[in-house]
Amino acid sequence: MSLNKSDIDKIAWLARLSISEEDTPNYLHDVSNILDLVETMNTVDTENIEPLAHPLEITARLREDKVTETDQREHFQKIAPAVDNGHYLVPKVIE
Amino acid sequence: MEWETVIGLEIHAQLATKSKIFSGASTTYGAEANTQACAVDLGLPGVLPVINQQAIEMAIKFGTAVNAHIADKSVFARKNYFYPDLPKGYQISQFELPIVGHGEIEIQLTDGSKKIIGITRAHLEEDAGKSVHDGFFDNTGVDLNRAGTPLIEIVSEPDMRSSEEAIAYLKKIHSIVRYLKICDGNMQEGSFRCDANVSVRPKGQDELGTRTELKNLNSFKYIEQAIEFEIERQIEVIESGGKVVQETRLYDPNKNETRTMRSKEEANDYRYFPDPDLLPVCIDQETIEAIRKELPELPEAKRDRFIKEFGLSEYDSDVLTSNRDQAEYFESVVNAANGEAKLSANWVMGELSAVLNKSNIDITQSPVSAEMLGGMIKRIKDNTISGNIAKQVFEAMCNGEGSADEIIDNQGLKQVTDPGAIEKLVDDVIDANPDQVKQYQQAPAEKQGKLIGFFVGQIMKKSQGKANPQQVNELLQEKLK
Repeated sequence: MSLNKSDIDKIAWLARLSISEEDTPNYLHDVSNILDLVETMNTVDTENIEPLAHPLEITARLREDKVTETDQREHFQKIAPAVDNGHYLVPKVIE
Repeated sequence: MEWETVIGLEIHAQLATKSKIFSGASTTYGAEANTQACAVDLGLPGVLPVINQQAIEMAIKFGTAVNAHIADKSVFARKNYFYPDLPKGYQISQFELPIVGHGEIEIQLTDGSKKIIGITRAHLEEDAGKSVHDGFFDNTGVDLNRAGTPLIEIVSEPDMRSSEEAIAYLKKIHSIVRYLKICDGNMQEGSFRCDANVSVRPKGQDELGTRTELKNLNSFKYIEQAIEFEIERQIEVIESGGKVVQETRLYDPNKNETRTMRSKEEANDYRYFPDPDLLPVCIDQETIEAIRKELPELPEAKRDRFIKEFGLSEYDSDVLTSNRDQAEYFESVVNAANGEAKLSANWVMGELSAVLNKSNIDITQSPVSAEMLGGMIKRIKDNTISGNIAKQVFEAMCNGEGSADEIIDNQGLKQVTDPGAIEKLVDDVIDANPDQVKQYQQAPAEKQGKLIGFFVGQIMKKSQGKANPQQVNELLQEKLK
């Protein structure tokens, strides 16, 4: 499977990563290689094999529905860049 | 051209767990900002989600109530997108193996007809936080108390053909989740939310038209208005030669219109993949069966039973069973009133609901208990008090003046049924009003019914409303002949 430059740009934008124009060919090369490996894996016949959702073949242990956390807002907000009136502040976002 | 509307709904119901779906933080509504957002909810590095068993059981409850297939193996996936109220950069949701598979419910329309609406699936996911755009100058404030609250997203098939059907479906699901006590159903606080996918196509065409997704619908009324507006808008666009654009539209209740929020051209690419932090959830048949056995009687079954057991009309039964607490209250009233169902229904749906609406309280907080109301109805039934006096007794009960019997005793409200006493009242009034008697006797038969009202009124006034109206009427007719 071969990608082109615009695929790389799109993937980077989705991940909110900024990549320089000059680095793009390297990413294109590396990511294409990874996808080629996936293509190779795709050639294996998996007709009667159940898809694996997790490499550990065990199932989840569940938690009892109990409140175990206490309010640590002050502690957490010490490392936040900006807070006001208990809220974490971010640049204005309006859709 | 004749158009057909196609509607599918996505409902988000917050599950009524005490703690969050993947953390031990509290889910109580209305706390001070970020005081219920722990390290897991904030998406701090190094934390791991652990699934809340109660959320799983509530989802299974819903699935069994709509006759859906429950997955024996269910997987959580990451839905990736960036928004400030989603600190991890992904929402933990379900994609390929949702916990609840295909199910269906029956809805009833105002013309009495019934229709089956399919449920495609229902999956578990975590709610996001809240962004507050006002009050922080050039910033947006983020409150993550809601982040991680368990949600079940219920996706319907595009089976609905009018806003009426959509509302009937929505109300049905609303009533089911509340009966199951898995969601409080509060639309104002956002515990029960709905997005609508709406499209139109020429009648008879198989292919679906281009749909738009309506958001910001937080009451049944708005949902209906938004769908109605959107149907009209789409038909207008097509009939004037345009094309409906696939997009998300926001409903503005103040202007009663929908407008573009974001178009799918820049469609989100969520890149779902199984969350490596969470192992698959396996549910065995015994667990499912145990939950199925404990399901409460659901609205439909209750309604049918009310019709059969109490002889109530379909309408009364529908109203009474629309909410589980009300239905249970009603049954307790009937019990306390020695099985007097029709009168109990009238009082619960009439006077009682007026009082509750007026003070904007829930039936569980009613100032008059079911036993008290039943006790009063018993006294109407055995002729101790008339229906009119009962209103006075009811008001006194609302004011905490005691039980019906105490109030009747204390205020001397017992109905006068002694024939001798009633005869005296009737005679006194007839003697005091010779002119009216003459007028009555000279009037044609069809006008007498109206004229007799004057005498009844006088007698009731004289007896302070306590004379038995039926006896008064009978005796008057006899004497005025």
